[in-house]
This record gives sequence, C-alpha cells and structure tokens, in this order.
Amino acid sequence: MTASFIILALLTVAGMVAAMGLRNAVHCVLALTLGFVGIAALYLLLGAQFVGLAQIMVYVGAVAILAVFAIMMTHSPESANSPVFSSQWSWGCILAAAVFAVLARAICSSVAFTQVLPPQPEITVHQIGDSLMHRYVLPLEIMGLLLTAALIGAVVIAMDRKEEIK
Amino acid sequence: MNSLQSYLLLSSLLFSIGLAGVLIRRNAILVLIGIELMLNAANLNFIAFWRYGPAPAALTGAMFALFSISVAAAEAAVGLAIILAAYRHSRTTDLDQMNSLKG
Repeated sequence: MTASFIILALLTVAGMVAAMGLRNAVHCVLALTLGFVGIAALYLLLGAQFVGLAQIMVYVGAVAILAVFAIMMTHSPESANSPVFSSQWSWGCILAAAVFAVLARAICSSVAFTQVLPPQPEITVHQIGDSLMHRYVLPLEIMGLLLTAALIGAVVIAMDRKEEIK
Repeated sequence: MNSLQSYLLLSSLLFSIGLAGVLIRRNAILVLIGIELMLNAANLNFIAFWRYGPAPAALTGAMFALFSISVAAAEAAVGLAIILAAYRHSRTTDLDQMNSLKG
C-alpha cells in the first residue's frame, strides 16, 4: 500500500459515505462526484488511463448531471422535513456491515494472491481502439444497440402523456 | 497485506456503503445512486484483477470495465426516467409512500 493509494481510498470512501448519508439530495450528488473522481484516480493509479478518463466523462459528466436534473425535477417542499432514512434503517446498516464482514474475511483469508506486482503494461488508446475494432467488435455493436434502446426507452418513459390523453 | 488485497478490501467497502444506501435511504434517486456505487465497486475489482493478473497486456479487464461503464450509464438513464414517471404518477419520490400497485 502506497501513500497515494491511502489518500485516494480515504477520499473515495469519504465521498461515498457523504453521498449516502447527507440530508440534502443535491449535496449527496456533489459528494458522489467526489467519490467518482476518487475512483477515476484509482484507475489512473492502476495504469488504466483510458478507463479512468471514461469514468470521469461518463459518471461525473453524465450520470451526476442526470441525477441532479432528476432531483430538481422531483423536488417537493414537504419532503424537506421528512426523515432521510427509512424506518428500518438499523437493519439495513447491520446487513451491509455483515456483507462487508463476510467479503473482508474471504479476501483476507485467501491464499491465491501473488506477492509480486507484474510489470506495468503499456496501454495506449491505439491498442484499445484496435481491440475494439477487432476482438471486441461484436460487444461494441451490442453496446451501441443497447445505448440506443436505452436512450429511446428513457425518452418514452419520461415523456409527459397528458396532452395525448386530452 | 499486499496491494491487490487492499484494492479488493476498498471495493468491498464501497460495495457495502452502496448496499447500505440502497437499504436505508428513502429517496428513490439516492437508492439508484447507491446501485451506481455498487457497480463502481465491481468496476474497481475488474481493473484491480486486470492489473495484478497474469496477462495485463491482453486488455481483457479494461475492456470489460469499459463495457460495464456503458451499461451502467444506460441503467442510470432508464432508472431516472422510471423514477420521473413514478413521480409524475404519485407526486413523491419517497419509497416509504410508494406502497400501492394501482396508484
């Protein structure tokens, strides 16, 4: 564990905890943005530059903005005084802590880890584009189809149909 | 503790934070954000296993993470649209009040 990993991990965990615990939903999304940037920096630390930049573009640029739009469109004044957490929040916390305990125990007791770090691979955007166009061309096409279907589906679901009914 | 283990511990901690958010928040949008957080933890696992795996030059983990990021983006768009439609129907995003199937 290096110092940069510890700093980035603390930043990410702090952002994510704030995103799940703050009262104001817009503040939650801002804290979430911090967490996403932390994860992107961890990708850069692991040598996956393209994935880190894609993470910033997709999550910070698109998903967080979408969430802010949705929060502002669904804002209602009477929700400002209602409780933030559900009535059985202690059971949720206990369940999440139990899941973390099981995962951490499995990770710490595993013997399958190699102790040596393999050499840093030279990943260029050229290589990524090359493999996208050759080895992964079918998943890429399916992904394009999925994104088109999701775009059309999101517009159709979110469309206001009151004018059609009248 | 070596590096791969610390990355896996971090991602399981992020997964648990997302799970806790999904289970305890009342706002539907923040529940969706918790699901995004769990997907991010899985992506961090992909990248960590790719980096510490036997053949990092094969690009498999990085490509899988890229495809997973795009699926997560599509999921976020459709999920937020569904929440908007539900809000238009019941005038609330509070999950404790969304308790009727017919409206």
